[in-house]
Amino acid sequence: MQLDHLPLNRAAVIRAIQWEALPEHEGHRLRSLGFEPGVAIEALHKGILLWRDPVAVRVGRMTVALRSKVAAAIDCELTP
Amino acid sequence: MTGAAPLVALVGNPNAGKSALFNALTGARQKIANYPGVTVERKSGRASFSDGHPVEMIDLPGAYSLDPDSLDEAVTRDVVLGRFEGQRRPDALVIVLDAGNLDNHLRFALELIGQGLPTVVALNMVDLAERDGLQLDAAKLSRALGVPVIETVAVRRRGLAPLMVALAEVLKAARPAVQAAPVALGPQNQRAREIAGSVIISETAGRQWTRRLDAVLLHPVGGVLILLGLLFLMFQAVYGWSEAPIGWIESGFAWASDSIKSVLPDGLLRSFLTDGVIAGVGSVIVFLPQILILFLFILLLEASGYMTRAAFVMDRLMAAVGLSGHSFIPLLSSFACAIPGIMATRTIMDQKERLATILIAPLMTCSARLPVYTVIIGAFIPARSVGPGIGLQGLVLFGLYIAGIFGAMLAAAAIQRFVTQSRSSSFLIEMPRYQWPRLNDIALNLWQRAWVFLRRAGTIIFAATIILWALLSFPKAPEGSNVSQVEYSVAGRIADGLEPIVRPIGFNHDIALALIPAMAAREVAVSALATVYAIDATDEEAAAQSLGPQLAADWSLATALAFLAWFVFAPQCISTIAVTRRETNGWKWPIFMVSYLFALAYLAAGITYWTARSFGL
Repeated sequence: MQLDHLPLNRAAVIRAIQWEALPEHEGHRLRSLGFEPGVAIEALHKGILLWRDPVAVRVGRMTVALRSKVAAAIDCELTP
Repeated sequence: MTGAAPLVALVGNPNAGKSALFNALTGARQKIANYPGVTVERKSGRASFSDGHPVEMIDLPGAYSLDPDSLDEAVTRDVVLGRFEGQRRPDALVIVLDAGNLDNHLRFALELIGQGLPTVVALNMVDLAERDGLQLDAAKLSRALGVPVIETVAVRRRGLAPLMVALAEVLKAARPAVQAAPVALGPQNQRAREIAGSVIISETAGRQWTRRLDAVLLHPVGGVLILLGLLFLMFQAVYGWSEAPIGWIESGFAWASDSIKSVLPDGLLRSFLTDGVIAGVGSVIVFLPQILILFLFILLLEASGYMTRAAFVMDRLMAAVGLSGHSFIPLLSSFACAIPGIMATRTIMDQKERLATILIAPLMTCSARLPVYTVIIGAFIPARSVGPGIGLQGLVLFGLYIAGIFGAMLAAAAIQRFVTQSRSSSFLIEMPRYQWPRLNDIALNLWQRAWVFLRRAGTIIFAATIILWALLSFPKAPEGSNVSQVEYSVAGRIADGLEPIVRPIGFNHDIALALIPAMAAREVAVSALATVYAIDATDEEAAAQSLGPQLAADWSLATALAFLAWFVFAPQCISTIAVTRRETNGWKWPIFMVSYLFALAYLAAGITYWTARSFGL
């Protein structure tokens, strides 16, 4: 499931990231913020009004805000 | 440790509490300057070891890695690697880690330790981590990293002494630094997570304040209302809270002016001191309370962690004009002053977005416009209430801010579409935990801002005031002539040339005159008007009158409104133009900025004037 479709407040884990779908600097920033396959992730909040964009997610112990377009490149799996 | 004091650099991720630790270690003994050649702020200060030996500390810009994404991060890398020209390589590093965020922060720490400099780790904000139910084993972390680890709570000054002891020890044992081979991000992330996992003693659910607050502050509807409410409160406060202190300052200057008049005979010197120096500088210093209130709000929002939430809330709206939430923070800072705002654009990764943000930053209503707005609003808009707690004057001020924002959004959309031709912006940002802002840090910061403003008032504004006074006072109008002194003076003659250009937008001769020195700094327009009217006054009583009523008697409402509209857009501040040149490495963009802003200002003032006239104002 893509991160932008992940239900809120459900524990999940990153399965894969399509680095090639991201602009170089965004991929780099994602990596340095700790986004990587195997890392625990949870969608927390969605943006304002009807846009529901960007998304705030917890990755590791950090809360990070990112746009849905980038989130779509991150493939996640709900933790049972 | 011989010769000069050793240089120690504080380095770490953004939001690790680095600046708080720096403030705690160096106290108020700080020096703020720029790194040579770039406008990244260099904060340095002195601390001392327990044996009294001094140590020089620098606070490096927060970074996520030594592989930079932004100008700030590039400075951090170059200083740490000893590549920065004009800055000696630090003798030791203090790596500041957020105890509650080890998984993410350890990776950069490992990269830094790999550089081989003597290093101490400050495991900071352990109190917040404990609040969130996290207990860590510092000794185990120290063994895993191979460097001393000291638990600190910078904001409560906890752990500072042990940190200095550990620092003295690693400096004594220093061996020559070795350049480490760069390690790929992936494996280091892995190792960082392993270490972070292994040092956790216990972990309970904790209270998760941040998450609960975010549920409210990032609420799809509530979050927007809260942000708007905060901004509105901020601008009402700028007006409401400043009344009393402004009164004190005014009476102080009036007293000074009277004292001089009572000791000096009427003449050139007395005119110079009272009409030039006191009237000019006084009318600018009087706005210090408002500027400080504005900065207070911005500093509180930043220190509490709310600023990135505001960016989150605003991101989608900013995206509509081709910007992102990243631009929101620099633009919000520009409400205080465009200069720190333009400098803050360095954190924007996308270069096109950065340029667009720089170009529209002067449209945010900076505090230097406040003096102009305040005088005109005070003179022309009645102080009546239009609802509970809402004054008409505050509302008009709010409207001017909105006009600036609206203009900026249109300009941004046009610039991103036609000038930078950016395809899309990006938004990717860490949201720190909420923290109670520490008063000492806020006070120190506020003091630094006040000092910068006063220094400006004391130099640029003082000089501009004196030059203007001289331009206005010479040559002396012949005795008994019916031409007023202002019209007869050098400045009056320059304004004569300017007047035909600004006449179509409703500006009179006095405004044309005030626009000249206002190029140095916007707020000088007020002192210029004050000087013009003080000198033109026929008797003492008229001179004693404050500026407001005089303007109200002299200008039509349409002219006043046009003047306000002009200042919403006019790029009138040489410092902003200079900093734009420096940040964009050339004259191309500052010239573009000045031209488009003057065009906008002229149009806006003209439209306002003729619209007001058609309503018979």
